Amino acid sequence: MGRDILLSIRGLRIDGRSGDAWHPIVKGVDLTLHRGEVLGLIGESGAGKSTLGLAAMGFARDGCRISGGTINFDGIDLRTAPEAIRRGLRGKRIAYVAQSAAASFNPAHRLIDQYCEAPVVHGVMSREKAEGDAVDLYRRMRLPNPEDIGFRYPHQVSGGQLQRAMTAMAMACRPDLIIFDEPTTALDVTTQIEVLAAIRDIVRQSGTAAIYITHDLAVVAQMADRIKVLLRGDEVEEADTRSMLAAPRQAYTRSLWAVRSFARAEQPPGTGTPVVSVRNVTAGYGAVDVLKNVSFDIHARRTVAVVGESGSGKSTAARVIAGLLPPRKGQVLMGGKTLPPGFRARSRDELRQCQMIYQMADTALNPKLRLRELIGRPAEMYLGLKGRALETRIRDLLALIELEPDTYIDRLPSELSGGQKQRIGIARALAAEPQLIICDEVTSALDQIVQEDILKLLDRLQGELNLAYMFITHDLATVKSIADEVVVMQQGTVVEHGPKGALFARPKQDYTRLLLSSVPEMDPDWLNRLLAARGEHA
Amino acid sequence: MTVLVSVIVGLGLSFVIGLAARAALRAAAPARHRPMFRDMPLTASFGLAVILAYVVVAVLAPVIAPFGEGEVLGDQYLPWAAPHYLGTDKLGRDMLTRLIYGARNTVGIAFATTALAFVAGAVLGIWAALAGGWMDQGLSRLVDALMAIPALIFSLLLLTIFGTSVLTLILVIAAVDATRVYRLARSVAQGIVVMDYIEAARLRGEGNWHLIRREILPNAMAPLAAEFGLRFCFVFLSISALSFLGLGIKPPTADWGSMVRENATLITFGDITPLLPAGAIALLTVAVNFVVDWQLQRASGLKE
Repeated sequence: MGRDILLSIRGLRIDGRSGDAWHPIVKGVDLTLHRGEVLGLIGESGAGKSTLGLAAMGFARDGCRISGGTINFDGIDLRTAPEAIRRGLRGKRIAYVAQSAAASFNPAHRLIDQYCEAPVVHGVMSREKAEGDAVDLYRRMRLPNPEDIGFRYPHQVSGGQLQRAMTAMAMACRPDLIIFDEPTTALDVTTQIEVLAAIRDIVRQSGTAAIYITHDLAVVAQMADRIKVLLRGDEVEEADTRSMLAAPRQAYTRSLWAVRSFARAEQPPGTGTPVVSVRNVTAGYGAVDVLKNVSFDIHARRTVAVVGESGSGKSTAARVIAGLLPPRKGQVLMGGKTLPPGFRARSRDELRQCQMIYQMADTALNPKLRLRELIGRPAEMYLGLKGRALETRIRDLLALIELEPDTYIDRLPSELSGGQKQRIGIARALAAEPQLIICDEVTSALDQIVQEDILKLLDRLQGELNLAYMFITHDLATVKSIADEVVVMQQGTVVEHGPKGALFARPKQDYTRLLLSSVPEMDPDWLNRLLAARGEHA
Repeated sequence: MTVLVSVIVGLGLSFVIGLAARAALRAAAPARHRPMFRDMPLTASFGLAVILAYVVVAVLAPVIAPFGEGEVLGDQYLPWAAPHYLGTDKLGRDMLTRLIYGARNTVGIAFATTALAFVAGAVLGIWAALAGGWMDQGLSRLVDALMAIPALIFSLLLLTIFGTSVLTLILVIAAVDATRVYRLARSVAQGIVVMDYIEAARLRGEGNWHLIRREILPNAMAPLAAEFGLRFCFVFLSISALSFLGLGIKPPTADWGSMVRENATLITFGDITPLLPAGAIALLTVAVNFVVDWQLQRASGLKE
């Protein structure tokens, strides 16, 4: 490469504590980063990506310790340097951009106040100069109203704008290294593009080196010069982006590359009475109509994917079907019969027929209940199972979602991984023996390999149990793999509706085309081509 | 000098009690709960030992106590000497005997009152958070109005209306303290009722009682337990204050609060006897809070 080495990590070992024992999280990883270079770190959750990223700042989370190896940042050994020196580097020469900007900003302070903190504390520039600088960076990050946006509070700007504001904040002291930890994972595809483009430009223009952590291969292909693949704390392989994408050497890397290949055959169109049909529904909160005259049907054994960006009303549609939000106009029919608008007025059997699986399994499962009760309760309530019959049913359900009953039945949700928690959410829905399951972004909090497993599980269950799915998602790759029918929503209306094959091949609406073109592809030139095609970018 | 020595001896003794109690608990606990006691801090095992001792004394009071509870035995204010190891009070009753009976009355009443206040306050508070709307508004404003009246004056008023007996005492103090518990339980539950798992349970068609008991209460336990430790001490003080005003526990029933008052004159003569019941209250308070802190730390997983 010929450029100077900025960061050099050798044989790094990091341990995490569980109970009294330390177990390794990162097992002797080497990492070299040159000035101005972008390194992508990828791997599934638990691979140690974030832990390694934080270690590049000489930092270990609570309950973790750096137990071996060296971290050399521009001649400073971060492991042995006194805390004062490390603190002097952080925010000034090394900056960090977290996954959830919404959770990382302090909601009580305006964006610009938080921007100015690092440069002023580190004595890089005065408050006045920092403010001027902030406006300049906001402009370069293509934020709307760069002069004013800093004077808003975090809740007053959108998620994508916050993420860009956070990147601007990381650039405040013109650091030599920025660590991006999944900066676009929580964003919509259409928003993700803007953020990716802004991050990439600013990193290139200012010649900053970066470590870009993500589980999304297509994203890392756009951003990184080199890619390093991690698996359970070990390095699998490292190569520059193009050769890695073209010819991965290791079997594990190939399996990561192949992960998006699952796609089931489209089911034949539904006939007979739909399980659920939504007729001319208008609904909303307060004076605002979030749904405007929405209609669609869901048939047994079919998956209807409802797609759109946040705020398009797709979750609201689910809430109307579930009875959480009584519609202002229109009605919901189940098996041909009109359902009472509010869930309180519905009979127990009507409630049983329609179950929900939530996006965040963490908040959807009561953390204080054991799996036995979490899964057993619907079976006990709806089907009147007790004692031995109930126990058998719980074990059957656990086996159905591929968890070993003896090992798991008495666990708490906190003793499960993210994918396992989502499986419990599925088991809880199945316990009621429903006809329709509403899946609200069920895979978006999971990494790709786990997503794939959950989708396969849902597909298998649908065949075995004759279920209808309503699949709410903003991830079109998920739609491609599991849907039969697609409903595209924008600002509360259905803009396009049809079978998956036809809709993906020949989208009729501009909005659908925009959504489809925003799905990142593995090709490293994809972002350039897209931006050029949209004419937003020279 | 003596003060210093007694402080050191006291601390040493507590340390030994804590160690011994922890060892005993570990040995006695069933295998399932053993890990819980293994990580137990010394303060918690000391607290448990003290509470256990109080309970034993309270239950076995008639057996342990050398004399009768209200028996007048001799001169007033006798010094510490056999057979009255802690002297006598202003009516010539044995101090040690009355301390032992006091454990029974004061601790028993305070515990019953706190428990009642918690059951009522927590259930109503969580229910208000769950129901929302006018039900919540009505109940909360009523509680606000009750809280606006100074607690002691309000208790006095109620006790004057309903008459003084142990039962009314318990009910009145429980009612006053339940308002505080209600506020806490409601605000904690408000954070919980917005979680997806509560929505899932509601959509399942669960009734309010199940929601309160199985879904919300287990998640609200940590702050409620912390409040229990504090509230228990406040109830102690309320009972003592009411006894002092003649509306609490009636003589000749022994009660630590009134014992302090009755013998307060002795303090002027440099005698520490009146401070013994106060010390008994303080020790129990500290012990209860040690145990509660430990449970709190376990429940919230602060150590991990």
